[in-house]
Amino acid sequence: MSSIDRAQQSAAANERRRPGILHDHRLTVAVMLLVALAALGLASLLCGSVWLRPAQFFGTDALGSMARLVLFDVRLPRLVLALLIGGTLGLSGAVLQGLTRNPLAEPGTLGVSSGAALGGVMAIYFGLAHHFVVAIPLLGLAGAAVAMSMTFALGRGGGTVALILAGAAVTALMVALISLALNLAENPYAGFEMSTWLLGSIADKSWSQVWLAGPFIVIGCALLLLTGRSLDALSLGEAQAESLGINLERLHGLALLGTALSVGAATGVAGAIGFVGLVAPHLVRPLLGYQPSRLLLPSALAGAALLLAADLVTRVFSGRDLKLGVFTALVGTPFFFWLVVRLRRRAP
Amino acid sequence: MTELVSTDLTVRRQGRLILDGVSLKARSGEFTAIIGANGAGKSTLLSILAGLSRPDTGLVSIDGKSTHLFTRIQLARIRAYLPQNPRCEWPIAVERLVALGLTPILPAFGELPDALERRIEAALVQFDLLPRRLQPATTLSGGELSRAMLARAVVGNPDVLIVDEPTTGLDPRHALDAAHRLRALAEEGKLVIASLHDLTLVARYATRVLALDGGRIAAQGPTAEILTSELLRKLFDVDASLTHTLGGLLVDYLPSRSADSPQNL
Repeated sequence: MSSIDRAQQSAAANERRRPGILHDHRLTVAVMLLVALAALGLASLLCGSVWLRPAQFFGTDALGSMARLVLFDVRLPRLVLALLIGGTLGLSGAVLQGLTRNPLAEPGTLGVSSGAALGGVMAIYFGLAHHFVVAIPLLGLAGAAVAMSMTFALGRGGGTVALILAGAAVTALMVALISLALNLAENPYAGFEMSTWLLGSIADKSWSQVWLAGPFIVIGCALLLLTGRSLDALSLGEAQAESLGINLERLHGLALLGTALSVGAATGVAGAIGFVGLVAPHLVRPLLGYQPSRLLLPSALAGAALLLAADLVTRVFSGRDLKLGVFTALVGTPFFFWLVVRLRRRAP
Repeated sequence: MTELVSTDLTVRRQGRLILDGVSLKARSGEFTAIIGANGAGKSTLLSILAGLSRPDTGLVSIDGKSTHLFTRIQLARIRAYLPQNPRCEWPIAVERLVALGLTPILPAFGELPDALERRIEAALVQFDLLPRRLQPATTLSGGELSRAMLARAVVGNPDVLIVDEPTTGLDPRHALDAAHRLRALAEEGKLVIASLHDLTLVARYATRVLALDGGRIAAQGPTAEILTSELLRKLFDVDASLTHTLGGLLVDYLPSRSADSPQNL
């Protein structure tokens, strides 16, 4: 190779260096997602059975007492819950996909969602929810923790497939117990209450529910955000990750506790909302690549945006009939199918 | 100068003796090849030498300090380990894969410092990966992936490099290249230990050989003294001929004549 070739090569290398490691689209993507969130958030405050005008919102027009009530006591808590829950689902999906190195992983596939749902159903079944308002979120959290511990105890050390299989087994158990509760419900109203709650919704929520679930969600998400670097090393498999100084026990512990706290509390408040955790990481991967740590925050933002958008659609286009959880399942399932087909094509 | 010493390593799994009294000593500048039949305990030994698993009895020490007295991070900073058939599970760019080798020395938060970025650059150059730097690691050929993993292992500048079967699945050219690179790293002053099945590569590139037979050391010492047809018959139950050629020593095998089949009479 001549010295000119060499010089050209090193110049080309220098040019590639910048976009390579330090500078990338992360900031751009974050700004895009934040703008989308702001727009969706604003729409979510204004749209619904009572339509508010932007002028009222920005204070140039007087806000009537009715509008004030709608804005501050109905729409705002709903918006905050959508952000918290969507963010939680997106973040936990990204962490669980990184942890299991499986693009199909999400709270649903590891049994966490169904565990939390069982907790909520138990709270309604035993009438705790009527006497004690925090019963559903608390039992949801406990259910999530129990389910995820079971999944890990059953599937740990056996690799990715064992973990996903353990998740499927735990989900089956939780669903069986939920069916039992529905089956044995003492009166049709209790059964109806449980099945409605199971469908998943963030309508008719108040600030008390935000304060109830918020701290758990925030703590859980903080724990999940600590896993980034370990998840990156885990891309090389467990043996290499350990050789790089990663404590796999600690990583599993953080993921377990973080997911149980955040998803458990989120499901407890809103019921089972599926597929947001599955879809959100896949939405940001084409923009940011596959390195797990780089996906955590963007995936949380994308999850929040997805949930807000889904909530807006159910609110604006279908009145009060279509539940949020049903809508995300309807939209999310085809995506799941597409992922499976794509994985089959890629597999040998 | 780094010295890695193991004393009397014994490992028992489900009642079976995997390693039995393995003691060895390796120094900077040496490329020690671990040889032995399948199931002789090579991978177990390497994983223990790397401090990733603990023996039932015995100790491994680096520069006089037992490996289990190091924290995970301390150990990760001074020794690198590559398992058999290392893979990258996500399609991340080659330069990011190499950067993962810096995990133990990264600051707790924030971006990659410039100095470390230059080390990645240097590792990419050293392992001929510059043209591949932005390519997803999952699309690399076997030879390229093995170079990328080696770059990942040495980018953090460890003193000790432990590699489990680095040439498995590689074509002759890339197997030669991998062995050559390990020797070059030893000559740069690293302590290199690798298990190898290709005895011609062992003969040409390893400075020392440790032969395992059913978990025990059958022989160890400088390659030229240790690698004999008697040892290979004992280890692998084949007749081996060692021929000096222009390219170096060549190891060839024949089925063992000690077997009493009529064709051999």
